Amino acid sequence: MVVRMRDPFATLAAVQRAMDSAMGGDWFGTRTAGGGAYPPVNVFNEGEDFVVVAELPGVRKEDLDVQVRGDTLRIKGKKTLAYEPKASVHRRERAAGEFDRTLTLPAQLDASKVAAEYKDGVLTVRLPRAESERPRSVAING
Amino acid sequence: MTEQQVALQEKKELKPEEERTEAGRFFSPYTDIHETAEAVIVSMEMPGVDKSAIDIRLDKGVLTVKGTVDAGRYDALRPIYAEYNVGNFVRTFTVSTKIDSAAISASVADGVLTVTLPKAAEAVAKRIAVN
Repeated sequence: MVVRMRDPFATLAAVQRAMDSAMGGDWFGTRTAGGGAYPPVNVFNEGEDFVVVAELPGVRKEDLDVQVRGDTLRIKGKKTLAYEPKASVHRRERAAGEFDRTLTLPAQLDASKVAAEYKDGVLTVRLPRAESERPRSVAING
Repeated sequence: MTEQQVALQEKKELKPEEERTEAGRFFSPYTDIHETAEAVIVSMEMPGVDKSAIDIRLDKGVLTVKGTVDAGRYDALRPIYAEYNVGNFVRTFTVSTKIDSAAISASVADGVLTVTLPKAAEAVAKRIAVN
């Protein structure tokens, strides 16, 4: 059998990329961050609930995908820069591409009550704790 | 193959030369500048800035763009983990005299402010026909 190699380094690079994304991803671990550090997030507490805020300037609402499962929040999408093809570039500072990030929160979430809002390039996700995670007052007998 | 990932960019905080009279941090927005045959287009990333909170001024050929974020939305929240700072955006540009300053227009979409600086009639290149 003849195994025809294209570019041995291309295969190697693909393996390395897969390796990197697996190491950075949540495949092995149970803790934060899958597939990259973008977008940066700020996490807040609002009463018993969590609020995750991320700045995503230039990302269209329809290119954003927010998923919740168990205690994880996944923010995924793509950022595109649309310019006239004939325009000449004087300055380029904005970054574009795909992103996929998974955050693990310290409590189980109620996926059915999660609310996401996207306004002025800021994504705000409200994540209520699952009913089973809410503290309960215990009546003291005596 | 997978598409390129978005590079993580740290927000650039401004180091003011003089004392500021306003509270809050100021950042320099990430900016792209493109030029077409008719205009120079400046796109600035200003997440969290409402349309009404953007102030664009042109004075003596210097274009100053300022965006103020609404900090009130964080009032009821208690931060537990932070990766970025929230603050206002400001940046100044020197505008060439070839720009028709009366016709400058701006629009904002998804946290990106686009300022269109049309070229003055005399600055638009003319094609000269050869007889």
